[in-house]
Amino acid sequence: MTLLKVNDLKVHFPIRGGILNRKIDAIRAVDGVNFEIRQGETYGLVGESGSGKTTTGKAVMGLNNITDGEIYFENELLNKGSKVNIRRDIQMIFQDPYSSLNPRKRVFDIIAEPIRNYEKLSKQEEKRRVQELLSQVGLSPESILKYPHEFSGGQRQRIGVARAIALKPKLIIMDEPVSALDVSVQAQVLNFMQELQEELNLTYLFISHDLGVVKHMCDRIGIMYNGRYVEEGTKEEIFNDPQHIYTKRLVAAIPDIDPKRRQDNFKFREQVKDEFTNSYNDYFDEDGLAYQLKPITDTHRVALPERG
Amino acid sequence: MSNPLLEIKNLKTSFRIGEKYYAAVDDVSLNVNENEVLAIVGESGSGKSALAFSVMGLHNRAKIEGDIFFKGKNIANLPTKEMNKFRGNELSMIFQDPLTALNPLMEVGRQIDEVLILHKSNMPKSQRKKYIIELLERVEIPRPKHVYNQFPHELSGGMRQRVIIAIAIANQPELLIADEPTTALDVTIQAQILDLMRELKDDLNSGVVLITHDLGVVAEMADRVAVMYAGEIVEIADVDTLFNNPQHPYTRSLLSSIPLLDDAQDKLHVIHGIVPSLKHLPREGCRFSARIPWIEEDAHEEQPTLHEISPGHFVRCTCYKHFYFPDESKEDQNHDVAKS
Repeated sequence: MTLLKVNDLKVHFPIRGGILNRKIDAIRAVDGVNFEIRQGETYGLVGESGSGKTTTGKAVMGLNNITDGEIYFENELLNKGSKVNIRRDIQMIFQDPYSSLNPRKRVFDIIAEPIRNYEKLSKQEEKRRVQELLSQVGLSPESILKYPHEFSGGQRQRIGVARAIALKPKLIIMDEPVSALDVSVQAQVLNFMQELQEELNLTYLFISHDLGVVKHMCDRIGIMYNGRYVEEGTKEEIFNDPQHIYTKRLVAAIPDIDPKRRQDNFKFREQVKDEFTNSYNDYFDEDGLAYQLKPITDTHRVALPERG
Repeated sequence: MSNPLLEIKNLKTSFRIGEKYYAAVDDVSLNVNENEVLAIVGESGSGKSALAFSVMGLHNRAKIEGDIFFKGKNIANLPTKEMNKFRGNELSMIFQDPLTALNPLMEVGRQIDEVLILHKSNMPKSQRKKYIIELLERVEIPRPKHVYNQFPHELSGGMRQRVIIAIAIANQPELLIADEPTTALDVTIQAQILDLMRELKDDLNSGVVLITHDLGVVAEMADRVAVMYAGEIVEIADVDTLFNNPQHPYTRSLLSSIPLLDDAQDKLHVIHGIVPSLKHLPREGCRFSARIPWIEEDAHEEQPTLHEISPGHFVRCTCYKHFYFPDESKEDQNHDVAKS
């Protein structure tokens, strides 16, 4: 079942200038993006900084206005014109657990905040809910009176998770959820997110630039470049059979853990880099934008130009 | 054999918290040779950056004990004026975050010029400008004449990091310390910067200390690797040995906690417990023992030292001989030992 459907999404930010501060141009952060996320899957959105992946996630969440397009959640249109409705079924986990928690609030208030927005609970019930949530994310229920700085990075990210699942959402948008964490803590959070997904039957939109992590977590992956999709497919299709030159380059750029293959990797990267430079005009139009996606199998779509 | 370029002996860097000093780098000794990349790996709080800052003399209030020999001269605790002759000249550093390491109010060209004015004061201005443009070309910045007059905010992250590298190599340093040089960058840019650093190292024949937490970067760049945990080196080996035959429990745990591209593990290994904070570092016995509580206590040494288990491969403490992951049974492990 399709949980989220994004149809021709465009998010443009105006550039103002001149004497009257009129709109003179626009940054096309997201420029015609289509994708669907099915119930229960983990969908990876990958791209470099400036590719529009975070803006796409924020648009679904209702954190920025959209310029054009439709967002459907459970077959219901979320946006009225440019405004996107905020739904309690969609929650977000942010990149940096050090800055996304208010340092002057206690854990109790941080986690209770979304509950207070939507539900009227008595103080007692509220406290019980927060304690339940804390034990669900593996933190001790006694920690409700602590402040964020008393926790380690991994624990803080768990507080962020507890806040995100407080309203029993169906879709969780994770924007680089482990990028700020050390590898061992990263492993902890990733394992935990997988367990939680099974337990609560959650759907994830996983936004990241780290392809290793994406491969570990995601079922299907979309690759963005300059506000557009260049390729979408299952994990296997993207990693074993990348079709678009940008995807090839991205996959080639991942550092390999085996020092013996270093020289080969270097040569391969140079080769892909040359291919990228030489065939850039074949894969991108005159404005440097990717073409429309065309299906090559049932699950695999690639932005290739019209032939002939 | 010639002397190593950099020789660190029993370095101890301590910071004051309240009334007492706590060592963030605790009795570390290592060498870096010419044209060699030594990677220092560890998580936050392992002391890897404190070590780099000690070598560069960038700590303000830390207590530094032990010796740091650079080309045979002890530069530990050198007065600022003396140290400035080395810094930016024979010894230079690439910082992690190119946005905060550059002055936002100064054009790129002038920022590079600063190191030249300091160390090459006899070079006339026109010649310096020509040299800076060559440098920008060298680090593969497109349209270097234009970039010379640009401000850092006008450049992308990758370009800014190239400017930082241009500043670092302006005086052809013999030793380059790179502290997480690509952590703030995208993968494709990271690959380009790493390739560039490798080329520059070969050209200048310099030694490089690469500080990172990214094992992928280590595998791509390093000749030798030192793994740090809680202020100590727990394992040091050449890069092939470290990745193919890691011994210390911490190294093995780290390697099994990263998601690999070519095989699909279901669950990543999680290291038990948390990295202790500076104030609560265990100062006695094996510092990693609290993270592997299922290993019997008598597997650890009382005063763990580095043991050379094969030429150039050092491992701290004896617990590596008895280590197994909790999800493999102990019998398997013993069986393996008996076989080898």
